[in-house]
Amino acid sequence: MIIPKLALRNLLGAGLRTWLNVVVLSFSFVVIIWTQGLYKGMNDQAERASVDAILGGGQYWQEKYDPLDVLSLEDAHAVVPEGLQAMIETGQATSILVVQGTLYPKGRIRPVLIKGIDPDQKVISLPAQFLKTGEDLFPALIGSRMAKNTGLQVGDTVTLRWRDANGTFDARDVEIVQVMKTVVQTIDQGQIWIPLDRLRDLAGMEGEASLVVVAPGTVGRPAVPGWVFRDLDFLLSDIKQLVKMKSAGATILYVVLILLAMLAIFDTQVLSIFRRKKEMGTLMALGFTRSRVIKLFTLEGALHGVLAAVVAALYGIPFLTWFARTGWTLPEGMDSYGFAIGEKLFPVYSVALVIATTLLVLVITTIVSFLPTRRIAKLKPTDALRGRMS
Amino acid sequence: MENSYLIETRDLVKTYSLGEHAIKALDKVNLQFEKAEFTGLVGPSGSGKTTLLNIIGSLDSPTSGSAVVMGRKVEELSHKQAAALRNRHIGFIFQTFNLLPVYSVFENVEFPLLLLDYAAEERRRMTMAALDWVGLADRAKSKPAQLSGGQSQRVAIARAVVKKPALILADEPTANLDAENSHHILQTMERLNRDLETTFIFATHDHKVIDYLRRKITLFDGAVAKDERMEPQRRGGARP
Repeated sequence: MIIPKLALRNLLGAGLRTWLNVVVLSFSFVVIIWTQGLYKGMNDQAERASVDAILGGGQYWQEKYDPLDVLSLEDAHAVVPEGLQAMIETGQATSILVVQGTLYPKGRIRPVLIKGIDPDQKVISLPAQFLKTGEDLFPALIGSRMAKNTGLQVGDTVTLRWRDANGTFDARDVEIVQVMKTVVQTIDQGQIWIPLDRLRDLAGMEGEASLVVVAPGTVGRPAVPGWVFRDLDFLLSDIKQLVKMKSAGATILYVVLILLAMLAIFDTQVLSIFRRKKEMGTLMALGFTRSRVIKLFTLEGALHGVLAAVVAALYGIPFLTWFARTGWTLPEGMDSYGFAIGEKLFPVYSVALVIATTLLVLVITTIVSFLPTRRIAKLKPTDALRGRMS
Repeated sequence: MENSYLIETRDLVKTYSLGEHAIKALDKVNLQFEKAEFTGLVGPSGSGKTTLLNIIGSLDSPTSGSAVVMGRKVEELSHKQAAALRNRHIGFIFQTFNLLPVYSVFENVEFPLLLLDYAAEERRRMTMAALDWVGLADRAKSKPAQLSGGQSQRVAIARAVVKKPALILADEPTANLDAENSHHILQTMERLNRDLETTFIFATHDHKVIDYLRRKITLFDGAVAKDERMEPQRRGGARP
């Protein structure tokens, strides 16, 4: 126990030099946890929003359906099998039909995905209820990004053209009944939502769907021939990948911060070895072995990390807690991030994140403290007492 | 090894290599020291005083020959064994005091007891007794930087004596002190030698120290030139 006691005593006795290192290191602690918390929050929010708006508890895809392959859409539809139909009727699922089409807003041509959805569905939060209108109106629902790109607003009529099951082109004027404000771009950009029955009718795909969204929390995923069940792990993999990519950028920031802090500690240690040679010699004369001196000096350096964790906790916990509660209001440009976040980003700090960050900093601090301290192993007590390095 | 002396050196040789040249710091030194001696190694700079002191203190090992300190052959000690010998039985007093700057006076004196695993209460008692002994109990909370040279050296003495070692090695203990402080220090050491039968060996060329010695060993070019018993001729200052 004597070495930790002495190390702490030496460290605190060094005064300003110690506290400068500790403050820089504690700053690294807080920034790492903060940025990682932001990305975790971003990930969680994006996942939650996507699950609520469109992914549900997973999706059955018609076996040819591939949202990334537009050309396959022509064949990616089939009659909803009995098993899935039963789930739809009991409110455990809802079907969506996807057909490729073209929109002509204000004389321009825009390729779109026409998606048919049941206006009465309660499985996902997409506001399909706006599509419940009389027969005299052909309602359509678009997202705010789509509205901005096409210049369409509620009440506008726009021509929509599609190709039916027989390959025949057809067109109708649709009326925009609602512009939904959603953070989930995958239900917004380049898409137009119309009532499922109308789409089935117009496309000649009676009783058919491209995918069936299962309600969150639904137990049992029966195997359905011709349909493939995609769970949330699969459906969210793109988002996770994207967040991972974004968070890699932030890593550069905290690697630089850690390097700065480590350089300061390394520098302090190197200075200590050279400036405190006499002290080492005295310690040896008093009965310290070389290995004990090495342990003492390494621990002194490593304790910077411990003190930094304490200091970081002092100002970091209030700051991070406040930030997690109030969130970060995102600028408009954040839409370009490419996934759902929301107007405010709330960071999420996990215990694992805090423990991992603490361990990372402590291990690195110990290593950079040990490296210069190894020189003590070569030190002869008589040389040390004379203030000389062997 | 059976040995009636506290310290015995036999044909002790120490050479340092300086590039291609070898410098002989000690040349076949044969000496014996008994318990409770108050002895000085004197001689000009480079005569081998400090080297001999370092070998006796197991801070260094001889190139050849033998140094037996309290029954242990210094040349055969491992780093750990040498550290243990210093820790338990030897106290050091240095010319530049070598106090640990971030520790208080109390903590500096307490330090050797920490290494010996004394209980906290026992440490406190022994530390205060040692400080009392050198007349610095009232400066226990001061930092070394707040002390005068004489006070610093008295702290160093307290640190050397606190564990009541059998042997104290003092390398030029008065070199940085004025005459009055030097006499205070020497009187303190003489009292310790008398009361606790602690053996003192000095490396010095300071006449103030020499006046207190009961044995004077003169070294010249690493060899013993003269070894004489003498009557102390105390002079100067009052007790601290």
